[in-house]
Amino acid sequence: MKAYLDNAATTIPFPEVREIMMQTMEKDYGNPSSMHQLGIDAENYIKEARQIIAKSLKAEEKEIIFTSGGTESNNQALIGAAFANKRKGMHLITTRIEHASVYNPMLFLEEQGFRVSYISVDKNGHINMEELLDAICEETILVSIMYVNNEIGAVENIADISKKIKEKKNDIIFHVDAIQAYGKYYIYPKRMGIDLLSVSGHKIHGPKGIGFLYIKDKLKINPYIYGGGQQKGLRSGTENVPGIAGLGMAAKLIYENQEEKIQRLYELKEYFIQKITALEDVYINGSDGMEITDMAPHVVSVCVKGVGSEVLLHALEDKGVYVSSGSACSSNHPALSGTLQAIGLEKKIIESTIRFSFSIFTTKEELDYAVTALEELLPILRRYVRR
Amino acid sequence: MVKYKAFLIKYAEIGIKGKNRYIFENALVSQIKSALKAVDGSFQVTKEQGRLYVETLSDYDYEDVTEALKCVFGIVAICPVKIIEDTAWETLTKEVAVYMKETYADKNFTFKVAAKRADKNYPFTSPEVCIEMGAYLLEQFPELTVDVHNPDVIVNIEIRSKAYIYSMIIPGLGGLPVGTAGKAMVLLSGGIDSPVSSYMVAKRGVEVEAVYFHAPPYTSERAKQKVIDLAKKVSKYTGPIKLHVINFTEIQMYIYDQCPHDQLTIIMKRYMVKLAEALGEKDGCLGLVTGESIGQVASQTMQSMAVIEDACSMPIYRPVIAFDKQDIVDIAERIGTYEISIQPYEDCCTTFVAKHPVTKPTLKSICKSETHLEEKIEEMFQKALDNVEIIEIS
Repeated sequence: MKAYLDNAATTIPFPEVREIMMQTMEKDYGNPSSMHQLGIDAENYIKEARQIIAKSLKAEEKEIIFTSGGTESNNQALIGAAFANKRKGMHLITTRIEHASVYNPMLFLEEQGFRVSYISVDKNGHINMEELLDAICEETILVSIMYVNNEIGAVENIADISKKIKEKKNDIIFHVDAIQAYGKYYIYPKRMGIDLLSVSGHKIHGPKGIGFLYIKDKLKINPYIYGGGQQKGLRSGTENVPGIAGLGMAAKLIYENQEEKIQRLYELKEYFIQKITALEDVYINGSDGMEITDMAPHVVSVCVKGVGSEVLLHALEDKGVYVSSGSACSSNHPALSGTLQAIGLEKKIIESTIRFSFSIFTTKEELDYAVTALEELLPILRRYVRR
Repeated sequence: MVKYKAFLIKYAEIGIKGKNRYIFENALVSQIKSALKAVDGSFQVTKEQGRLYVETLSDYDYEDVTEALKCVFGIVAICPVKIIEDTAWETLTKEVAVYMKETYADKNFTFKVAAKRADKNYPFTSPEVCIEMGAYLLEQFPELTVDVHNPDVIVNIEIRSKAYIYSMIIPGLGGLPVGTAGKAMVLLSGGIDSPVSSYMVAKRGVEVEAVYFHAPPYTSERAKQKVIDLAKKVSKYTGPIKLHVINFTEIQMYIYDQCPHDQLTIIMKRYMVKLAEALGEKDGCLGLVTGESIGQVASQTMQSMAVIEDACSMPIYRPVIAFDKQDIVDIAERIGTYEISIQPYEDCCTTFVAKHPVTKPTLKSICKSETHLEEKIEEMFQKALDNVEIIEIS
């Protein structure tokens, strides 16, 4: 048996996604900028996808641009907004638990002369509101906060944060990294006071290499890719029609019967947590005193005391159970996870942490199988440790 | 740019190997052929009158060919050759002038012409060709100066049925052609040193096989892939490598259970060389090769290495034994293995390493500890050998 429990890293594409992408390659392969019918046919896929996405956000179609994925959306949002508004001020604010695709653009902007404040979080990954509000000053032009944390599944109260920061300074641009949140929550940027919102395709059973950025109408941001002026000049380059068509399809399907699906995910999560914490010395990180429904439905950060996360990952893999150690990006950056440090976990705990993450396709059988596999492995793995 | 039709291959040490010379030359020919297999185009390698030529029979990319030849051990220099079909003096002088013009943008240098006349019917003798051609070139390019004793450039002209012109010398790696010195089994880890060691023994003509000790789940598939990638890089110089992957987990865990922890690495290494020896014997290897360097880590003190060496009867060659780390890194960077080696995947030696491993083990104490392994080790040893995975790298 196989149990793919690494859905925060990536998800299997819907069959309908594969189909529509094939269509754009077999039949409707035109360049959407071409004047002829083939071009128009290709452009229709983009229009359709844009419509679906705009509708899911209760936004306007012109507020959506397609990018190469979450990383580009975050980069475009931060760098584009910072440079377009730097005459108003050069201060930016973010948190200590952001993904590398927010954190590293911030470092880049620091090199460009911007000042960045990194706000701390509590043991469950919730932002320190007081610290955030104190950090806002005359110079502040942008606040960037992730909706759902990819490592522990912490959920920030985005609407509340927006309200409070804008009360303090009403022209602050509010960027939200919603890469782990889109599809899991109803996100309405206008009602929630979000100006920029990043989403990735492959986290919602869409294809890799595609994502979108919501940009509030009339918000000024600079492009950072220059060329043929596609997507109103904000994102030049022939549109990735297969990717966009696939993303549109995924967005449509992920929000069908959404509440039901999420309800089921929470049931699975609760079941899993109960089973796994029944094992000796196994804990859930970042869940202290939390209601399960106040955390994301698909991420569980598990500390398995006395076992190195990488060893555990490979031992589980050997049994067909696929998980991540800390964060999915860790094979490129073996350093300790930023989020797990920021919520105050000791090095020893971090090094013994693995992440299970679910999708709407996850079954109870998979979870049973994974827990049984872990149960079998623990006595052996705990016996052999570095002394 | 000049269209070179051939490359003259110069070799040095082979020339002094007396009656065995043909063995070395044949090995060099076969290594060159094998190196050129990876290059687009059709080539012929010929041996004539004590010289090796690579002739090009089709279009080819100059950089690709010289890069490939620069990785073949035994080659001292590579000279790109222009071939002139018509050897009539008029044509020859004109073509040599064209060659000079295309090859050297700046002609402020000293030169001499060195001619050889294999075609004895040619109207000029060799000294005459030198003098006349030199004079002609001086006339064409007044910036040139002749220096017959210590010239910057020697324009070589060989007149046979065709004329062969060359003056550029691209240095090769030297050494001896792989396959002329027997075969060895390299203990290849994912580190910096063992790929360099493989390269160094191959440079002395040794054909290499390799063994990697895999310990899942303590070492990841990526660690194994890293070793495969390293072997692939090294094989550019050594030719194809037969890589043996041994599953070492069971033996490692058994030692962990039965022996003092501070001796774990030493005892593990003793079993590694034993396994490598067993694999090597089967394939006709004459020795083992490691990346050990004195004092680098606890298991590489002279005491430790003496104890490890005792475990097998095959000689263990350690090409980097007296190298500083930086010297090894320099070679690794040059041969392109460094950036693969520094990828952060643990190998099985580091996974369970003790905080304070023994640095001065005695054979007596180690052998005593190993008596605790008697019950199962032979069976595990055989199982590891029986289940070896073989990956052909080329």
